[in-house]
Amino acid sequence: MRKRRVLALGMVAGHLAFAANAAEDIGDAEAGKAVFTQCNGCHQVGAGAQNEIGPHLNGVFGRNAAGLDGFEYSKSLVRAGNSGLEWHADTLSAYIENPRAFASGTRMSFPGIKDAEDRVNVIAYLRIFSDNPRDIPEADPTAKGTDHSVDPEILAIQGDPEYGAYLSSECTTCHQIEGGDEGIPSIIYWPEEVFVVAMHAYKEKKKNGAIRSCR
Amino acid sequence: MTLNRRTFLGTTGAVVAGLSAPMVLAQGKPRVVVVGGGAGGATAARYIAKDSKGEIDVTLIEPTRTYYTCFFSNLYLGGFQELSDIAHSYGKLAADYGINVVHDWAVSVDRDTKTVALAGGGSVPYDKLILSPGIDFVDGAVEGWDVSAQNKMPHAYKAGSQTELLKAQIMAMPEGGTFAMVAPPNPYRCPPGPYERVSMVAHVLKANNPTAKIIVADPKPKFSKMSLFQEGWANHYEGMVDWVGEDFGGGNVSVNPDAMTVAIDGEETKVDVCNVIPAMKAGRIAEMAGVTDGNWAPVNAADMSSKANPDIYVLGDASQQGDMPKSGFSANSQAKVCANAVRGALTGSKVFPAKFSNTCWSLIDADDGVKVGATYEATQEKIAKVDGFISQTGEDANLRKATYEESLGWYAGITSDMFG
Repeated sequence: MRKRRVLALGMVAGHLAFAANAAEDIGDAEAGKAVFTQCNGCHQVGAGAQNEIGPHLNGVFGRNAAGLDGFEYSKSLVRAGNSGLEWHADTLSAYIENPRAFASGTRMSFPGIKDAEDRVNVIAYLRIFSDNPRDIPEADPTAKGTDHSVDPEILAIQGDPEYGAYLSSECTTCHQIEGGDEGIPSIIYWPEEVFVVAMHAYKEKKKNGAIRSCR
Repeated sequence: MTLNRRTFLGTTGAVVAGLSAPMVLAQGKPRVVVVGGGAGGATAARYIAKDSKGEIDVTLIEPTRTYYTCFFSNLYLGGFQELSDIAHSYGKLAADYGINVVHDWAVSVDRDTKTVALAGGGSVPYDKLILSPGIDFVDGAVEGWDVSAQNKMPHAYKAGSQTELLKAQIMAMPEGGTFAMVAPPNPYRCPPGPYERVSMVAHVLKANNPTAKIIVADPKPKFSKMSLFQEGWANHYEGMVDWVGEDFGGGNVSVNPDAMTVAIDGEETKVDVCNVIPAMKAGRIAEMAGVTDGNWAPVNAADMSSKANPDIYVLGDASQQGDMPKSGFSANSQAKVCANAVRGALTGSKVFPAKFSNTCWSLIDADDGVKVGATYEATQEKIAKVDGFISQTGEDANLRKATYEESLGWYAGITSDMFG
């Protein structure tokens, strides 16, 4: 599917109206939905979307960077937001092309989408959930989380924070305590359950020899 | 997480019970003195100060005000890092963690009065002493070379001015000149280090002096990540690197720093740069403290305490602990186990089971990174390897690039873990 150039009040994907102010490149939202599978491990979008490892992306257009209450952003994005960075097609595109080049201390563990058409398409997809939030499609939120299942009894275990602090010191040799994502993923401020499931999956995969280190 | 609370309490209960009762001091706070501000010492000092929340006085004795990490110093030689990128100060450890940072040499240890004497005069008392002095060189290890020759034939195995000197010498090589390296015998700091260095020198020469040659005299029959390096040298620097292993007389070496010659198995060659990396031993203070046996300081795996003295701990390269390689990552990992045990001994805080890990990344050429690593546990006799991983030959370029980028992330992580 090809990218289309539309003018104000163009129709995209045949079912949603956009109130764009000026002529701009609008991608193919349907193709963008497929691109979004790179994002939905951490980001939800759609009806009932919630913050997970990353903030939910409903209404992201026009939002200030680090502008959602209740999500712990990296200092770097908070600084960017304070200096007036707003998310629009151009800023989103620059960010997702190379997150670390755009905001060096971001804790978004994502190498970026190098293909310009993929970026335009995924931004078109996100836009569906922004221009008319009340029209957010009645689908389940997108985040797929993980396909790894953990016994609820394990999730119910109350850990010892002191022991956890000791164990986590093994992580901070590589993972920055400030949460910067620089070749090694950021692992701070994850929802507790998501973290437990990820650690469990890591342990199981390691046992099976499927992964060689913390990657 | 399958952390089982009962198992964990059971284990740690046993560990705590195995230690003597917390030390109660008649006056003042318990005192920890750390000698050496590298990956072992800086980490130990920071963790003890941070986690004891002011209950322990921590003094860090380190002669240099600016610390240049040995890890990534090869990347400086290769032009991938500036010297300033690998320079760190102790400002945060002093200001944010309340560590008393003393820039001086520790010259001796009195185990009876439990004091460390400083070169500048005076002494520092300790309840627990942590030695993390890194390495020194074995005298007479390479015929014709001693430390007085290091300005002609640098070792560059302690980062800083030596690394700068070696880089300047490489850049000044005449067209088609020869770079020689005398590689060290096992065990030594950073097993892949000499070979990453060869790669980085080759990278610089390929760009600036493509007809130059590199010759490596090695007393070992094989080395860390050998197949990965040899594949990389063949792919990126074809015909440039001549590695002479033990089988071809690589261990039978003498050098003449004044004449700038290297003789390998009787065959003398005139060279333009000669990087001599001699056999190593524990940093001298370990010997002065009487905790060495031969070249290294044997330690108990559970807490890194010296086998010779229960109030002295030895971390990193200087220690003889078992299966872990001598690396900054290993020292950092050992430091956290040690810090936890030392705090427990001095303040009665919980002591958890020892757990160690290490990864050594090496850069072969731009975006061509490889790694080797393992996890370890403490057994009665040593730190024992549990399982490991290593990059494979023939990996695709994206994976190699990701591995290199991972090393950049690790560098940012470990240096903030060391220096705050």
